[in-house]
Amino acid sequence: MILTKAQYDEIAQCLVSVPPTRQSLRKLKQRFPSQSQATLLSIFSQEYQSMLAFSCHCITTWLCLSRYLNGVGRNGAAPVLLELANEVDYAPSLMARIILERFLQEHEETPPSKSVINSMLRDPSQIPDGVLANQVYQCIVNDCCYGPLVDCIKHAIGHEHEVLLRDMLLEKNLSFLDEDQLRAKGYDKTPDFILQVPVAVEGHIIHWIESKASFGDECSHQAYLHDQFWSYWNRFGPGLVIYWYGFIQELDCNRERGILLKACFPTDIVTLCHSVA
Amino acid sequence: MAAVLESLLREEVSVAAAVRWIARSAQSSEDDPGEAAALSSLRPLRKEFVPFLLNFLREQSSRVLPQGPPTPAKAPGSSAALPGRPGGPPRGGRGARSQLFPPTESSSAAAAEAPSARRGGRRRGPGPGRERGGRGPGGLEEGVGGESQLWPGGRRSRGSGSPGSPSLVRSDPPNLSNLEEFPPVGSVPPGPAGRTKPSRRINPTPVSEERSLSKPKTCFTSPPINCVPSSQPSVPDTSPWGHGLPPGCRSLQEEREMLRKERSKQLQQSPSTTCATSELGPPLPSWTGNLTAESADPARVSSRQRLELIALVYSSCIAENLVPNLFLELFFVLQLLTARRMVATKDGDLEPSPGAPVQVLEHQFQVLSYLDKGTLKLLAENERLLCFSPALQGRLRAAYEGSVAKVSLAMPPSAQAVSFQPETDNRANFSSDRAFHTFKKQRDVFFEVLREWEDRHEEPGWDFEKGLGSRIRAMMGQLSAACSHSHFVRLFQKQLLQMCQSPGGTGGTVLGEAPDVLSMLGADKLGRLRRLQERLVAPQSSGGPCPPPTFPGCQGFFRDFILSASSFQFNQHLMDSLSLKIRELNSLALPQPEPSDEDGESDVDWQGERRQFAMVLLSLRLLAKFLGFVAFLPYRGPEPPPTRELQDSILALRSQVPPALDVRALLQQGLRARRAVLTVPWLVEFLSLADHIVPLLDYYRSIFTVLLHLHRSLVLSKESEGEMCFLNKLLLLAVLGWLFQIPTVPEDLFFLEEGQLDALEVDTVASELGLDGMPVVDQHLLYTCCPYIGELRKLLASWVSGSSGRSGGFVRKITPTTTTGLGAQPPRTSQGLQAQLAQAFFHNQPPSLRRTVEFVAERIGSNCVKHIKATLVADLVSQAESLLQEQLVTQGQDGGDPAQLLEILCSQLCPHGAQALTQGREFCQKKSPGAVRALLPEETPAAVLSSAENIAVGLATEKACTWLSANITALIRREVKAAVSRTLRAQGPEAAARGERRGCSRACEHHAPLPSHLISEIKDVLSLAVGPRDPEEGVSPDHLEQLLGQLGQTLQCRQFLCPPAEQHLAKCSVDLASLLVADHIPVLGPPSPRGLERGQARRLLHVLLSLWKDDFQVPVPLQLLLSPRNVGLLADTRPREWDLLLFLLRELVEKGLMGRTEIEDCLGSLRDAQWPKDFSEELATLFHLFLAEPHRPEPQLRACELVQTNRGTVLAQS
Repeated sequence: MILTKAQYDEIAQCLVSVPPTRQSLRKLKQRFPSQSQATLLSIFSQEYQSMLAFSCHCITTWLCLSRYLNGVGRNGAAPVLLELANEVDYAPSLMARIILERFLQEHEETPPSKSVINSMLRDPSQIPDGVLANQVYQCIVNDCCYGPLVDCIKHAIGHEHEVLLRDMLLEKNLSFLDEDQLRAKGYDKTPDFILQVPVAVEGHIIHWIESKASFGDECSHQAYLHDQFWSYWNRFGPGLVIYWYGFIQELDCNRERGILLKACFPTDIVTLCHSVA
Repeated sequence: MAAVLESLLREEVSVAAAVRWIARSAQSSEDDPGEAAALSSLRPLRKEFVPFLLNFLREQSSRVLPQGPPTPAKAPGSSAALPGRPGGPPRGGRGARSQLFPPTESSSAAAAEAPSARRGGRRRGPGPGRERGGRGPGGLEEGVGGESQLWPGGRRSRGSGSPGSPSLVRSDPPNLSNLEEFPPVGSVPPGPAGRTKPSRRINPTPVSEERSLSKPKTCFTSPPINCVPSSQPSVPDTSPWGHGLPPGCRSLQEEREMLRKERSKQLQQSPSTTCATSELGPPLPSWTGNLTAESADPARVSSRQRLELIALVYSSCIAENLVPNLFLELFFVLQLLTARRMVATKDGDLEPSPGAPVQVLEHQFQVLSYLDKGTLKLLAENERLLCFSPALQGRLRAAYEGSVAKVSLAMPPSAQAVSFQPETDNRANFSSDRAFHTFKKQRDVFFEVLREWEDRHEEPGWDFEKGLGSRIRAMMGQLSAACSHSHFVRLFQKQLLQMCQSPGGTGGTVLGEAPDVLSMLGADKLGRLRRLQERLVAPQSSGGPCPPPTFPGCQGFFRDFILSASSFQFNQHLMDSLSLKIRELNSLALPQPEPSDEDGESDVDWQGERRQFAMVLLSLRLLAKFLGFVAFLPYRGPEPPPTRELQDSILALRSQVPPALDVRALLQQGLRARRAVLTVPWLVEFLSLADHIVPLLDYYRSIFTVLLHLHRSLVLSKESEGEMCFLNKLLLLAVLGWLFQIPTVPEDLFFLEEGQLDALEVDTVASELGLDGMPVVDQHLLYTCCPYIGELRKLLASWVSGSSGRSGGFVRKITPTTTTGLGAQPPRTSQGLQAQLAQAFFHNQPPSLRRTVEFVAERIGSNCVKHIKATLVADLVSQAESLLQEQLVTQGQDGGDPAQLLEILCSQLCPHGAQALTQGREFCQKKSPGAVRALLPEETPAAVLSSAENIAVGLATEKACTWLSANITALIRREVKAAVSRTLRAQGPEAAARGERRGCSRACEHHAPLPSHLISEIKDVLSLAVGPRDPEEGVSPDHLEQLLGQLGQTLQCRQFLCPPAEQHLAKCSVDLASLLVADHIPVLGPPSPRGLERGQARRLLHVLLSLWKDDFQVPVPLQLLLSPRNVGLLADTRPREWDLLLFLLRELVEKGLMGRTEIEDCLGSLRDAQWPKDFSEELATLFHLFLAEPHRPEPQLRACELVQTNRGTVLAQS
């Protein structure tokens, strides 16, 4: 779904200071029924992330911890941590991480390592405090933008689209090298697929294809350009990016320079003809 | 000059003889003894003739050309003195050209030098009194002028010029380029006395105010020197060039007189030069109208005759390459032809002025006919030309019509990034991971900077250094390792070639597109067209016929990058890399003569060969230009050193520094191999970026001497078998002529004493036609390399509009004079003989055969190495892997020290590398003949074919085996090392988790729900279950069942499933089971507001159990079912129902998903947790119940139900 900047802004407007929860997403779907859930979720998630990045969250963790402790002291079964996160406009998973870190710091001599924290977030059963384990779990399953589950979903979506893309390439008889093959050959930057024989899409030469199972908004696209797409161009020449959940139309402005955006697998593919003679 | 002309006029000497005399110091056998006698008396003047002639013509015509396009520079002035030592080192000090230099010199420097010059000048030989125009009746008898007047005179003339004019009469720039002080190689250095008297040159030509305002030039193509300020009234002109010397030049003449007097005074004081004095001819007659006063027999000589004579002599000088720059002279002549301020003559017997230029053009028709179509058309349409020489006009028209664009260089589109090459760019080529990743980042920064430059460099006010400088330096700062530098330099150089090699990339138009547009418009509306043309042409102007070296278009980026980076390491690596590439390209085998083929087929071949040549030539020029830029960068400055002492010390220092690239050897090789047409153009680019000192260094001086000699030898009219092709010559003449006009090249260098040139005369035996004899240069390439030739067209276009187009040139074969025989004979060993035989074999075959064989050998050799890598080395690597596995099995998991392991493996495996040579030979033997056969014409004779095949096999084998024998051990080692680390990594804990994986079934159509969708759905259920939730929210049992069904499908179709997703699905399914057991799933609808019915829950658990057992391929974290958190869910429910948990545990054991002891352990550790008292008791009961359950072989379901109904109730009631 390719949106104009104006359409996108309309959606983004509705997301201002909305907590990234299941309920919020449900309301968003009702508001924009023509957009797919995946597109909306992608926009929601990215908007929320950039909102978090831009807003200076000076959360005083010890204050949060004491509020949390007070809350669970009153009622351990209540969604204390989740409500606390919503109250301070912070993603529940991130809030859970902060409190967990703080909590462990208070209870153990050495500050917990990052991997320990990550492991506990993935499996809250490892958290020594039962109440906190439940609270953290609640935050994680209710967060639709952050957290190990969301990360896994995103990863799975990305993987699925790569598989889909691979199938399409195979179906079109386009030979390619995939990321793993490229890495094995020692490439330092690896798009999802490099075409062994370039093709033309809508009149533009394509050497590589990158699959992005997300919505291409301004912020993420700029980051991708800087970290990935231009790097691919620098090494392999012009290429194609597929934003499966759409993108802002205005971002497709580097076609002449060698970066083409699409929201689906292209239909207009011209391949090199081998002369029969 | 006058004396010579007198001789000519008196018909004592023929023009041909005179030109021969000028060109050669020695007498020619062709010369008539009478002529020789007439000329020999003028011997000391011989060398000065041409500079004098050129200056004379410029000065005479300067008034005609006050406006319009830039006027060419004057030729260097004549030497100041020739102290009776013909053949000695050139004493010619400063030519008049120095006034055309950029105004870099400070007046204080000039003033500082003036007195010394005066002092030193005392001992100089007498300058020929008539130098520099020689107007006025100057002579020895004119008396002795005070030397003090000399300089005041100079100042006076300075004062009379317009203020602010860059080419005001300044005295000379520091005498850097004086050949006397820095004699060329091979010359006898002047004695100490000589060194103290640098020849001073007065630059007495005032500059026209009008001119100075026109277009200030900072380079040597400065505005023409007008001999009269515009305020002076112009008088009717009677000079042969249409204009006599106006009275306004009186002061100038006075100065000359003074100079002359000064010289004669010196002469009298210098006994050693009396002989020379006596040889001086009669005073030069003026060509400005008072000629009659001095002419021996004025009645015999009409103005017209004089004019024709001068034109003839001038043309002959051009033809003999006695002038420094052919195209500059053509430009000058065309300027005269198109001068707007034509003055009607009063004198009846004098032709109007354009007559003489037309006459010169007639003599230069051959060159003109090779100019581009547009220029030819403009020339043919020039009405003055038509008026004076209808015949020439007809020939030009014919040339225009016959001119066809033969080759257009279809260059690949530029501005692509250099591609990543795994062979050179992968991790193995870097010293460390860090270096590898640093370079990865640098590549991206480099292109980011390049893109930004592309976007912004044309914006007004944008500055490279300000915009990008710090980013570039930060990036260079990270290139710590030497190896990283070489990687970056390779990237830089490749990108440079890629972007700047094509003419489009240079930013300058080659054969401008604008004229084509004009020809489409039609030529009827001349005025409009002309305006349009001028608009189109003007901004493209490349800065006159002799522009300084520039970095147009993308080249500017690379230059600025080097400047901004200001990294010593980078520059050094860049020079190394550029030198290497230049050597490589310079020695590249290029098309060899294909003597007999004249048919269309060979024409097709030639297209390709010309293109290849053009690509190589343009690449070389680009690389050499940048090499020159970087190599001379530390020494470059806007001006030469201010004092001689400083200069001497710099010279002493610099002569110690070896050249960045031994260009002299390459030049000599090029000449010997008759590849001057390839070598000289890039050498010129290299030298054009030299600093002021370079031409004075012995090493480079000798190069210039060779180049001068070459220049002189490239006589265009000489045509014979084995000569250099016309366009090849024209290209060399154009680039050399341009080089001689570069500011840093001393202006008097061109007029070196020929004696040195003669000494360098090389053997001209031409046994083989090199590239020089091949028509490798076409018009397009000529104009690409020398865009300034296009100035001729612009000049003509500004006179009258017209159209032009592309055209190709004719190809003619002309005999060159400078070549030597072949190099040293190869050793007479049997191998050497074989090589000779192979060479001989190719000699009489078409060049394509040789190329084919070399190409096949090169590719097969390379493929052979790859093949060995993929077969032999890969086998050894797999052997290594299995050996390693054994080792690991015997020695336990860790297997010991990896380095030690590697050594053991390598010692076992590397000896097998010897097989590589045998296998390599076999491969080449097998593959080469077929490839040769496929590529050669079907009709190739069998014997030729088999020889070609054998040579290809031999060459391929040699290439492959050389590489293999040197590298195979290292290669095996590297690959085994990689395999070892791979295997050891695979032993890690993650490997076990990966386990054996099954794919989907053959019939699977991959329609199962996507894993991401399922995780998302299950997550929603989980979040509903743990809350908080709205009152209306819930899950229908059907949905749950459906969800688990989908999960089954997804797990069976593995198409989209990746391990992390499966792991999360497994974990979520366990969480879901725990929620089911604890009855925590909120169910939608009225029938059961509390939760799922027990039966439903049990059904769902069954489904889950079977998924865990049969469908998950990752370990399912079932122990989480008994984690305190999940069991704790039961604590919240009232009344607690344990039956589902007990059921689940038993099923787990039954299905073999968990062992009894494992469960017992979990239950045991559950008891350690803190629970409410009642909950602890129930837990203990459950534990006992589970433990009490006997191992029964019969179906468990029934027993379980029993347990459930009995014990469950008990538990619930307790």
